[in-house]
Amino acid sequence: MSEVVEQAAPVAVETPLQRFVSDFCDNKIAVVAFVVLVSVIFIALFAPWISPTDPYDLAKVSILDSRLEPGTKNMDGGTFWLGTDSAGRDLLSSIFYGLRISLGVGVMSGVIALCIGSAIGLMAAYYGGKIDTLIMRIVDIQLSFPAILVALILISVLGKGVDKVIIALVLVQWAYYARTVRGSALVERNKEYIEAATCLALGNNRIVFRHLLPNCLPPLIVVGTVQTAHAISLEATLSFLGVGLPITEPSLGLLIANGFEVMLSGLYWVSFFPGIALLITIVSINLVGDQLRDVLNPRLQK
Amino acid sequence: MSVFIIRRLIQSVIVVAVMSFIVFVGVNVVGDPVDMLINPEADQAEIARVIRDLGLDRPLHEQYLFFVKNALQGDLGKSFIFGESALKLIVQRIPATFELALTALVMAVFIGVPLGVYAGMRPTAMSSRAIMAGSILGFSLPTFWVGLMMIMVFAVMLGWLPSTGRGDTVMVMGIEVSFLTVDGLRHLFMPALNLALLKISLVIRLARAGTREAMHQDYVKFARAKGLSETRVILVHVLKNIMIPVVTVLGLEFGSLIAFSVVTESVFAWPGMGKLLIDSLHNLDRPIIVAYLMIIVLVFVVINLLVDILYSVLDPRVRIKDAGQ
Repeated sequence: MSEVVEQAAPVAVETPLQRFVSDFCDNKIAVVAFVVLVSVIFIALFAPWISPTDPYDLAKVSILDSRLEPGTKNMDGGTFWLGTDSAGRDLLSSIFYGLRISLGVGVMSGVIALCIGSAIGLMAAYYGGKIDTLIMRIVDIQLSFPAILVALILISVLGKGVDKVIIALVLVQWAYYARTVRGSALVERNKEYIEAATCLALGNNRIVFRHLLPNCLPPLIVVGTVQTAHAISLEATLSFLGVGLPITEPSLGLLIANGFEVMLSGLYWVSFFPGIALLITIVSINLVGDQLRDVLNPRLQK
Repeated sequence: MSVFIIRRLIQSVIVVAVMSFIVFVGVNVVGDPVDMLINPEADQAEIARVIRDLGLDRPLHEQYLFFVKNALQGDLGKSFIFGESALKLIVQRIPATFELALTALVMAVFIGVPLGVYAGMRPTAMSSRAIMAGSILGFSLPTFWVGLMMIMVFAVMLGWLPSTGRGDTVMVMGIEVSFLTVDGLRHLFMPALNLALLKISLVIRLARAGTREAMHQDYVKFARAKGLSETRVILVHVLKNIMIPVVTVLGLEFGSLIAFSVVTESVFAWPGMGKLLIDSLHNLDRPIIVAYLMIIVLVFVVINLLVDILYSVLDPRVRIKDAGQ
């Protein structure tokens, strides 16, 4: 009898976090994607320190270096691994700086939208009735329009600028978060622990934020990763169209747009490589998000 | 049924009213209306005249009613650049956008369905896995970048296809179309394929899931037991059944194709209404921006309304649930 208990013990000791990590590592592709994503975030955070050159320091950029092919040596002994653009900037450094802006705008808009969206979604689920109906009608109507269209409408009304783009991305995304949180909050709301908290006469805010919200987190995390990838892609699209970020904030989308101007004369690399960087970022976020969805879904748990 | 349609109609009218209000506030309150609605090259007397004409010296609520009244009469202002009615300019561009979107839709079906059915029949084959990996990539690739790469490969490097414009057009019932001339088709191919990529990925997934399910159904077993050839089983029995969800979803996605054509039209310089919007945003041609927003909202509200009504006809549960609320 005692042997059985001893054998069972290690399983019971495994914390939820450990199980989460080991479940996540089941999928090799997701692990690779995670490593890639961490490297991308690292590059974005430390771009000024790890870039070979500062592409926006006018003293160091020489027009003589313009339109060089990938792998060309420069006069200082360094190499333009990915070539240069028509102003003579090193493309690899531009991409590092661009990642910083693209990820920054994407993540910031994602976080703000997550906060606003989940607060509204929780409100809808907790109060129910007329408030719920009204909020969900607005969400339904907004989601019946494609994201790119909503973003274009907002940009044409708001105008250009970093803050405007972030506002537009937040307004595009909040509805997804609101719907997700409301869905899982409606399920959680009827469970016993909420009833217990209500019986203890805890305040509404405390019940909603300390009891209800933590239990709605798993689906929120999944939607958060996917939506951040969407936001990055949408920002790149808007910037490419010339209605997103101003040229003082050269994100990947703007780099690709720059490359478009010289592409017809055969300079493929100026828009090819920033696009690859964008693709790697989006694909790795999506793959990590997919695996998170599988791991966090209780129905798929072993 | 009629109650359901009336409720949806009222909702659509509210959406259009709210949008007109947002656009009005955006133009007249957030921005400076004099700056936005009057040609920057106009002189002082002209500005004073237009301010009086547009009623900008009157209180805001009167201005809004004025805007709505004009909009209902089809007057959404004159373009600064072209000097013509903004509404007319956009309506002229609608056929090009619809031609592009419809071609993309057709491509999505004719490329997506065969690939999806193939992947569904041999779910473990390497070729099927490659198709599925391609469809995942299709979801992640930014449309505009794929468009650029297509131009680079097929127009710049290989020189097979032209990269901009509509090519030769012919008039059919007063509408200009490209797809009836060889040159037009050559111009249409790349932008339509670019716009279709996302939908091809979607159709592949739908067709694959449908085929995998259908292969185990009794009617497929029966058809085989009758001694029908495998080709006939797939082409007639399986295909008929998987086309229902494919057609439904693509009907829903038509609106998003029109929205996404803004991107594709800009990349391939396709003269549709999306390109007109982006050009107008660059040129600050505000009457066109306002007119575009009002028209696109109207188009979407009509599409959504039709889809809702169609759904309630096909699935009675939808309207019963809605009436119960």
